[in-house]
Amino acid sequence: MSFLEYAPAPESRAILSLRDSYGLFIDGEFVDGRGTPFQTISPASEERIATISNANEADVADAVAAARRAYDNVWSRMSGRDRGKYLFRIARLVQERARELAVAESLDNGKPIKESRDVDVPLVAAWFFYYAGWADKLDHAGLGANPRSLGVAAQVIPWNFPLLMLAWKIAPALAAGNTVVLKPAETTPLTALIFAEILQQADLPAGVVNIITGAGDTGATLVAHDGVDKVAFTGSTAVGRAIAKQIAGTDKKATLELGGKAANIVFDDAPIDQAIEGIVNGIFFNQGHVCCAGSRLLVQENIHDEVVERLKLRLSTLRLGDPLDKNTDVGAINSKEQLERIRELSDVGVAEGADRWSAPCVIPENGFWYAPTIFTNVQTSSRIAREEIFGPVLSVLTFRTPAEAIAKANNTPYGLSAGIWSDKGSRILAVADQLRAGVIWANTFNRFDPASPFGGYKESGYGREGGRHGLAAYLAPSAVGRGAAQSSLAAPATAKPIETADAAPKRTRRAAQRRQTDSATKGTKR
Amino acid sequence: MSGTSIVSARERALAVLGGEPDDATLRRYLHGIPGIDAVGLEQRAAGLGTRSIKTTSKRWALDRIISLIDLTTLEGADTPGKVRSLVAKAMTPDPADPTSPRVAAVCVYGDMVPFAVDALGAAHGDPDDGLVSVAAVATAFPSGRASLAIKLADTADAVAAGADEIDMVIDRGAFLAGRYGEVFDQIVQVKEACRRPDGSAASLKVILETGELNTYDNVRRASWLSILAGGDFIKTSTGKVSPAATLPVTLLMLEVVRDWHLATGQRIGVKPAGGIRSSKDAIKYLVTVAETVGEEWLRPHLFRFGASSLLNDVLLQRQKLATGHYSGADYVTID
Repeated sequence: MSFLEYAPAPESRAILSLRDSYGLFIDGEFVDGRGTPFQTISPASEERIATISNANEADVADAVAAARRAYDNVWSRMSGRDRGKYLFRIARLVQERARELAVAESLDNGKPIKESRDVDVPLVAAWFFYYAGWADKLDHAGLGANPRSLGVAAQVIPWNFPLLMLAWKIAPALAAGNTVVLKPAETTPLTALIFAEILQQADLPAGVVNIITGAGDTGATLVAHDGVDKVAFTGSTAVGRAIAKQIAGTDKKATLELGGKAANIVFDDAPIDQAIEGIVNGIFFNQGHVCCAGSRLLVQENIHDEVVERLKLRLSTLRLGDPLDKNTDVGAINSKEQLERIRELSDVGVAEGADRWSAPCVIPENGFWYAPTIFTNVQTSSRIAREEIFGPVLSVLTFRTPAEAIAKANNTPYGLSAGIWSDKGSRILAVADQLRAGVIWANTFNRFDPASPFGGYKESGYGREGGRHGLAAYLAPSAVGRGAAQSSLAAPATAKPIETADAAPKRTRRAAQRRQTDSATKGTKR
Repeated sequence: MSGTSIVSARERALAVLGGEPDDATLRRYLHGIPGIDAVGLEQRAAGLGTRSIKTTSKRWALDRIISLIDLTTLEGADTPGKVRSLVAKAMTPDPADPTSPRVAAVCVYGDMVPFAVDALGAAHGDPDDGLVSVAAVATAFPSGRASLAIKLADTADAVAAGADEIDMVIDRGAFLAGRYGEVFDQIVQVKEACRRPDGSAASLKVILETGELNTYDNVRRASWLSILAGGDFIKTSTGKVSPAATLPVTLLMLEVVRDWHLATGQRIGVKPAGGIRSSKDAIKYLVTVAETVGEEWLRPHLFRFGASSLLNDVLLQRQKLATGHYSGADYVTID
């Protein structure tokens, strides 16, 4: 036998207890949507997983109204310390149910279980832990004392990291004191709905987070809704641009995290074996469905052939197949539409004269698959060097000098991320200084940390997520926030800053603390 | 696999280096090799360590691990009796299960070689034929702090007593001081001392003692140096220095061996030694070998585990696969 044909090692689906159909999560309860329900399928097998409710305009209005009520009556009045307790509790529940979430994510999205298990879900917990710590320290968010929350945040997230993008959106919003209406992507609603169950388990006050499912029109309705104070979107540049137009002239704040066409620059003194790993990780991680993917490899001309040879050898060891098998490196493409787009752009690459090479993978019969592919002989004017493919396709270009590398790296309408590979620290710093990209990795790629702000230049969007900057995106300087102003109109007697409690006599404050502690800790047991 | 003659190894070194293997030429060459990013290397090793080896793959892996073990005793207190006990274990690892393969070799100090050879009797021979080799540590193991004459005599003694494989140590002091020519020369001369009167030669494993070299860049340079000088195997450690073998260091050495094979067509062996105690860890090494240099390296002439306690853990896992339940330490024998 061949040892390398590892025996199947599937992660068990028994840990999942999925419902046959899911409603919308509005005001703390699952309710049926009034639109036409749709199915969510596993992209690896095309089997049906569950029926998902579709939110129509009335449902969106209900969700926003629930979020507004929760904001006015509960969340904006709660102390930061207590909001933090809820966030810590959510983080712990995510850890407790990590395996279940990982299996659900791989099933619904098609990503390999080793990624959902070792990257997505641990980062989700990390994000909630990180922002839980911020909730009572908003004075240090950089906006001066007593910054205000904005109100109701409308959040629309993509299908590439369904649960992680949810965490990136919800954790800072709640820490800052906003309430949320979130719409997961149409093809990957499953983990968001399991997350809604976690919110129930955590006893999060009703309406603080509402999760509505549906397609693009649901998202557009949500973003357009009058009751929304803040829009946070991650997805394609086309939709981001539409949102920017839609909210122009309103006082809605927005953060948009859009596409990318990142340059991964490999100098001839790079640690070559690690650079190869970094290139692979940069573009084939999550089947290339990564907005910050290193999809343009810029390699110094004198090592081009060696790098390409080594890359082909390495790609030949990648395992494509069942996302739930623990040894799978490359999972399924998320949807038929996306697969078609990848195929179309790849064919354009061939038509434009680039050389296509695909790893020798056996493609399963059902489901959506695309073998890891590299294009050599790509010119800067090729469409595959300009447009975001959002799939496991790498375009290899060359450069001769650092100045040329920088110029080529910056020559893109995007500017989300970049990578630099060199053994020479001074060169890394000098080049990084001149790259116009929001995130620059040196001798590594696709590393994320909740403390590190993430976002782009140019068509990659505006605003930052993560870190203090990501928190500030959900805050306004004292007494400016529209939501706070509204709530003070609605309930003038009680809408004092949450820190008011600190001015109360000591004994009362302690008693109040005890009550809050009791209410925030009960219900942690399942 | 004692295949490469010294002359051709030297010629190849000259061709690769483009000059006499003196300090300056070697320095130019070894320092021109691309560096190692420690974080990236360790990340890759950790990634390989997450492979999940189950059922039939696990069964195959456990048997293969046994057949790749250099069962080792390297104690000041070693006696002929201890060596006979070790040899008995090497020939029949699991008395309750005759299907268990034999280990590749026993590894002892030079003066214990005659007793090992004697105890093996007809079972002494090439591991490819299901027999057990005798490996001897030499060259003033483990420190290597002795004159070259002593190191050569140490080696020649062990070979004359019947050792099939010599595990030598490099002079780490000379290496760290940049005297690469001296290290190169010593390996060449020890290799020469491995020759038998009939023209054949004992296989030479070159121990880098990675725990003393400290950086991955040093390990990579020492690996290239040892291969250039004619080593048949590169080995991580003596087992007397901590850290001994680690997965990242072994991965790095396998990458050198892969690159050497791509460049010259010659296959060099790798032996992680020291600190590999569990089947689970050993399986990670098998995965790393298979995914870095290819499955063909998983045979005794190209990959070994230097270990003593690993064998019993593998036997316990093997019993678990056969019977469906775990037994205990008293169901495998001490050697």
